[in-house]
Amino acid sequence: MALTYDLARAPDLSAFLRKEKDGTAHLELLVKGARCAACMSKIETAVAGLPDVTTARLNLTEGRLAVRFASSRGDASRVIATLDRLGYPATPFDPAKAAEAHDQESRRLILALAVAGFGAGNAMMFSVPVWAGLFGQELGPATRSIMLWLSAIVATPCAIYAGLPFFESAWRSLKAGKANMDVPISVGVILTLFISFVETFLNGRDAYFDAAVSLLFLLLIGRWLDHRLRARARSAAADLLALQAPAATVLGADGLERVKPLSEVAVGERILVRPGERIPVDGFVEDGVSELDNALLTGETAPVDVRPGDTCRAGAVNLTGQLRILAIARSEDSAVAAIARLVEAGAQTKSLYVRLADRAASIYVPVIHSVAALTFLGGLAVGLGPREALLRAAALLIITCPCALGLAVPAVQITASARLFRKGVLVKSGAALERLAEVDHVVFDKTGVLTEGRPRLIEAPAQAVALAAPLARASAHPLARALAAEAGPGLRATDVVETPGQGVEGMINGRRARLGRASFVGLDGVRGGETELWFAFEGDTRVRFRFSDQLRPDAAQTIADLRALGLTVEILSGDLEGPVARAAQTLHVDQWRSGQTPQDKAAEIDALTAQGRKVLMVGDGLNDTAALAKAHAAMAPGAALDASQNAADLVFAGDALGAVADSIRVARAARHRALENFGFSALYNLGAIPLAMLGFVNPLIAALAMSGSSLVVTLNALRMHGAGRR
Amino acid sequence: MGIILILAPISVALGLAGLAAFWWTLRNGQYDDPAGDAARILMEDSDNRIS
Repeated sequence: MALTYDLARAPDLSAFLRKEKDGTAHLELLVKGARCAACMSKIETAVAGLPDVTTARLNLTEGRLAVRFASSRGDASRVIATLDRLGYPATPFDPAKAAEAHDQESRRLILALAVAGFGAGNAMMFSVPVWAGLFGQELGPATRSIMLWLSAIVATPCAIYAGLPFFESAWRSLKAGKANMDVPISVGVILTLFISFVETFLNGRDAYFDAAVSLLFLLLIGRWLDHRLRARARSAAADLLALQAPAATVLGADGLERVKPLSEVAVGERILVRPGERIPVDGFVEDGVSELDNALLTGETAPVDVRPGDTCRAGAVNLTGQLRILAIARSEDSAVAAIARLVEAGAQTKSLYVRLADRAASIYVPVIHSVAALTFLGGLAVGLGPREALLRAAALLIITCPCALGLAVPAVQITASARLFRKGVLVKSGAALERLAEVDHVVFDKTGVLTEGRPRLIEAPAQAVALAAPLARASAHPLARALAAEAGPGLRATDVVETPGQGVEGMINGRRARLGRASFVGLDGVRGGETELWFAFEGDTRVRFRFSDQLRPDAAQTIADLRALGLTVEILSGDLEGPVARAAQTLHVDQWRSGQTPQDKAAEIDALTAQGRKVLMVGDGLNDTAALAKAHAAMAPGAALDASQNAADLVFAGDALGAVADSIRVARAARHRALENFGFSALYNLGAIPLAMLGFVNPLIAALAMSGSSLVVTLNALRMHGAGRR
Repeated sequence: MGIILILAPISVALGLAGLAAFWWTLRNGQYDDPAGDAARILMEDSDNRIS
């Protein structure tokens, strides 16, 4: 394949290369649109064929391409250009973030799970003869002793290794002066191992080595499911960050363009922002005229004109003309970063949320442990002797294992989030689902959430659309694009000249025509609104197109659904009063406010929280992120800014707002199912505790009861598959 | 009795061999890209195994 490569235009992306000690370099790219085997071989062959590239390997699951260069001067932009030509847009990963993404924790949990599985299986192999001996089969004390020792040799190292994640977490929690559910697990496992050793040593029959390891095995399944849920959301968030390309095109003193990671842009540097790009840092416009879309910053729908001397804020999208900007703040100090700090503060309040399982543990731990202590003391009191009394207490701890907490809740949540994932909703953590189930008040942002966030043609003279379309197709302005979308594909105007902030001019079938503001087509007296375009052939009548940001088609239905679920609805928008009032009226929402700043929104959420309301915030813009982070639960559409998606608990893809009501329904069903499992295990413990206290529990019964109860709660969790369906 | 002393270590050793094999596959990155590996066997020319 002949690849023409334009050296002059290529920006320098060397900041994204990770240089290895042996002189080679490594680059990781996020590739969009690679889905099949054919894409994979096409991409790998083309990239590996480039000079200086030694290997190229695409990870189809995550959509990442790892490229290795023979020298440290590898040409990253050439790889990107090649991928672009093949039709796969690619963005480089920040080397630091790429390393972070490799998930060590997950490997550790899987390995612990494998070790626990091995330990449980093999220890049980030696336990079966002992169990058989319980029923009067021939088993001499010597053979039993050998079996128990073998069981101990296999199970103990496995239990220690597999238990480490629990022991560490329990220790951390105890140091913080709290008891999470890993505390009873750790106490139970350690006590069981200890007592089993004593029993084995004293030639007793009640050794629970297999029970200790299989308990860890079952709990590790739950732990791993929970981790996978969070890891998937984290990697999706990392991908989004990479897609936002935290990079700026810096214009060097030598006039060369260089792409730098955002964090390295210094005050006083000159930055080039092409139409369609986001302003990377706060700055002064030095050169160029354009319009900025502040919708994600402030919620305002109308674009703002900028010319040399104006300031522009990080996060705004440059619409029409190329701008040269003098950076007046570093990335960390820019307007976006100020909001990001608000988000961080909000995220801290969210981390105070105590998860359902931990709340249950806070009741469960003291109760079970005092009952176990009572069993021991009571046993001593009725004259059982310390060994038998301790055995009964240990049996009680094993048989009341907190499987419902450790396994059933993650199992419910992962099935629930898998259901939502199929509907295009990404759940970021199990805690997010729990919080979502509790909300009683929903706050919507208007622009981009209740509305589509892009203008649509609502009024035009007959046939004018087809006449103006060739000119509209040649422009990148959002209004022109909305007009072009209305007309569909077709002819393009020739000799097009775009005047930033004014409009486009070009030839249609040999006639000169203009499309743009009223003044641009020669109408000076008309006070043109920001949401209209004028079109005219030279010397002909001028026609007007009006646009409006349309409500999403299912917005009204969604709000009705939310009301049916017993929730109250409110709109907080940064937009002007007129459009907000219209939207609120159409949707029959009585509570609404317009002209809200990011701080106003966050304060409003705080006020609602202070009243004891549990608020779900649905927003997409940078002006919503602080509110998203502060709210009890938060959702953002997939088209939202990365900062908003990071602050949100759930991200829904596509245009359907109905995902909000669906998610609440599924979250409530998941909560219901989790509580059901708690109820079930409470019931089961009520039955098991007296048996253990009276000494009816032997190792076989303990093993059966434990795996049996785990199986029941897991099966109940899987019923979640059909829940929340209407 | 004697047979137990022979068979028990063998069965534990087999279990350990399985565990070691699993550990190797995990370290070798064989679970990193299930979708890609499924597609890779369909590619005729490729012999770029995980290194």
